[in-house]
Amino acid sequence: MSVLVIIDQSEGHIKKSSFEAATYGADVARQLNTTATAIVLGNVQDDLAALGKYGITKVLTVANDALNHFDAQAYTNVIAQAVNATSATVVVLSHNVNGKALAPRLSAKLQAGMIAGAVALPDTSNGFIVRKGVFSGKAFANISISTAVKIISLNANAYQTKTTEGSATVEAFAANIPAPRIKVTATNKITGQVPLSEAELVISGGRGLKGPENWGMIEDLASLLGAATACSRAVADAHWRPHHEHVGQTGGAVAPNLYFAVGISGAIQHLAGVNRSKVIVVINKDPEAPFFKAADYGIVGDAFEVMPKIIEAVKKLKGVA
Amino acid sequence: MKILVCVSKTPDTTAKIAFTDNNTKFVQDGVQWIINPYDEWYALVRAIELKEKDAATTIHLITVGAADCEPIIRKALALGGDEAIRVNADSHDSFYIASQIAAIAKEGGYDLVFTGKETIDYNGSSIGGMVAELLDMPYVSLATKFDLNGTTATINREIEGGEESCEVSLPVVLSAQKGMAEQRIPNMKGIMGARTKPLKVVEPIAVTPLTSIASFEMPPAKAGVKLVAADTPEELVRLLHEEAKVF
Ligand SMILES: Cc1cc2nc3c(=O)[nH]c(=O)nc-3n(C[C@H](O)[C@H](O)[C@H](O)COP(=O)(O)OP(=O)(O)OC[C@H]3O[C@@H](n4cnc5c(N)ncnc54)[C@H](O)[C@@H]3O)c2cc1C
Ligand SMILES: Nc1ncnc2c1ncn2[C@@H]1O[C@H](COP(=O)(O)O)[C@@H](O)[C@H]1O
Repeated sequence: MSVLVIIDQSEGHIKKSSFEAATYGADVARQLNTTATAIVLGNVQDDLAALGKYGITKVLTVANDALNHFDAQAYTNVIAQAVNATSATVVVLSHNVNGKALAPRLSAKLQAGMIAGAVALPDTSNGFIVRKGVFSGKAFANISISTAVKIISLNANAYQTKTTEGSATVEAFAANIPAPRIKVTATNKITGQVPLSEAELVISGGRGLKGPENWGMIEDLASLLGAATACSRAVADAHWRPHHEHVGQTGGAVAPNLYFAVGISGAIQHLAGVNRSKVIVVINKDPEAPFFKAADYGIVGDAFEVMPKIIEAVKKLKGVA
Repeated sequence: MKILVCVSKTPDTTAKIAFTDNNTKFVQDGVQWIINPYDEWYALVRAIELKEKDAATTIHLITVGAADCEPIIRKALALGGDEAIRVNADSHDSFYIASQIAAIAKEGGYDLVFTGKETIDYNGSSIGGMVAELLDMPYVSLATKFDLNGTTATINREIEGGEESCEVSLPVVLSAQKGMAEQRIPNMKGIMGARTKPLKVVEPIAVTPLTSIASFEMPPAKAGVKLVAADTPEELVRLLHEEAKVF
C-alpha cells in the first residue's frame, strides 16, 4: 500500500498545482499510515529531491525525451506500470488541463474509481469518501469509491501547500514507453501573464467598463498584484477581450483566493464559474446588482472614480511610486 | 466518416439546487432540463458543420439515461444528426456511463467520438477520457478547434496559459469547449424533422460502477457582503490586506 502523486511539468518545470497535489498526497499517506511516492515524466530541470519538503519520500523519474510533452495515452501507460510497481492504492494528481485527460484514462485502464476535482481530504472513517464540487460550484457531493485503487484529481487552490524540512530520494523508474499518437505542431502561450486557471488572484471586468479602451485600470491593478485578468461573457462576445479570459458557465472556471469583479452584474451563469473563489470583491454602481449577494466585500460606486483610488492605495501598500 | 456525439441532460443553470432524503437526492421538482451546453453548442454544432461541409457522412447521438431524457434528445436531433441512441440506464458513475458509450462506439465503428468538456451538474470532465481508454483511441481534451484533412485531424486544445495545435490520425475521441463552434437555434424544419428521426433504445451492458454518491451538501452560507463607502476605497484595500489577507 502506498500513495502515488503524479507531478505535472511544463517545459521542464514543476507546475504550482503539483505542489498542492504533493502536500495532499503526503497527508493522505499519513492518514493511511503509509508513504507518498511521486512520479515525474519527461526531463525536468527542477530539484526533485526538494519534493521531500512537501512530504514526498521518494521520487520516481522517467526522464525520456518522448515524454517531455504531455500525451495522455503514453502517460497513462507509464503511470499504470508505476502504480503496479509501487503497489499504490491511492493516486493523486491535479485537476488541471493535463489531469482532466490523464485521470479518466487511468481510471478506465486500472478500473479504479476516481474523484474529479476533489476539494478535501478523504473521509476514511467509513469506507473512502471524497468531497467534490457539483452543479458548477453551487453544491458539494461526497462520493464513495469502492475499488481497491482510488484516483483523486485535486482542484486548483483547494488544498494549501505546506512545507517542512525534508528531502526525497530520487530514482529512475524503468518503464516501457509507448510512442505518442498525438503530434503537437505548435504551442501558443500567452507570455508575461499569469495563467487564469492557476491564478491565486483574479481581476475581472464586465460591460460596466464601457469599452476595451478602459481596461488599463484592470490591467494596472492586476500587474501590481501579480494577478490574472478575466472578463464576463458579454465582454468577450463584444470582442473587447480575448475569449480565453471569459469565465462562467460557458467559459473557464476559476477558484482563486481573490476574485475582484468590476462592472459585472453577477448573472448566475457568470457566478457558476467564480463562486468557488475564497474572497469575492464587487465594484458596481448599482446596489441591486446580484453579484453583491455572492460577495464578501464590495463598493457601491462608479468604477471610473473608485478604481484609480484603489490602484493608488495598492501602490502605496506595495511601496511602488 | 461517422461521428458519434455524446449528449447528456442537465438542469438549467438557473435551476434551484436542493436535496432531499437525508441529502442523498437532488430535488427535481420544477427543474428545467436542458442539453448540457458544451455538448449542444460545441460538440454537436461542430459535428453538424462537418456534415454540412461533406466531411461527415453520418452523425449519431448517444445518451445514457432514462426515458425522461427523450425531450432533450429530440431537441438535439432538431439541431441536426441523423439518429439517436438511448442506452436505457440511469447512473451517475462516470465509468458506468463511459462503458456504455464505448460499447456502442465499438459496435458502430465511429471515426470520431465527440463529448462536451464537462457536464455542468456533475462536472466530471471524465467520460471522454474513459471512452478513449476503453477504445484504445487517442483523446484530445478541451479542444477549441477541429478540422479534417483526409483521415488526419488537426485540433487545437487548451493548455495552461494558452493553446496548442496537434495532429492525430482518426479515429479519435474529443472533448469540445468554447471556440469549437457557435450556438445555433433549431429552426422549424429541424424541429418537425426531428419527430420522425429514429431514436433507438438499447439496454445497457453489465458494468459494475466504481463510485457512488454518498451524500450532497450545500456550501456554508456567505456571511453577507461588507460594504465600503465609495469615497474611501483605500479602506477596501486595507481590509483585503489585513483582514482577508489575500495580498
Ligand atoms: C446559457 C447562458 C450561458 C452564459 N454563460 C455565461 C458565462 O459563461 N459567463 C458570463 O459572464 N456570462 C454568461 N452568460 C451571460 C450572462 O447571463 C450575462 O448576460 C453576462 O454575464 C453579463 O455580463 P456583464 O455583467 O459584464 O454585463 P451587464 O449585465 O451589462 O452588467 C454590467 C454591470 O456593470 C454595472 N456598471 C455599469 N456602469 C458601471 C460603472 N461605471 N461602474 C461600476 N459598475 C457599472 C452595471 O450596474 C451592471 O451591473 C450566459 C448566458 C446564458 C443565457
Ligand atoms: N449520461 C450521458 N450520456 C451521454 N453522454 C454523456 C453522459 N454524461 C456525460 N456525457 C458526455 O461526457 C461529457 C463529459 O461529462 P462528465 O465527465 O460527466 O463531465 C459530457 O459533456 C457529454 O458529452
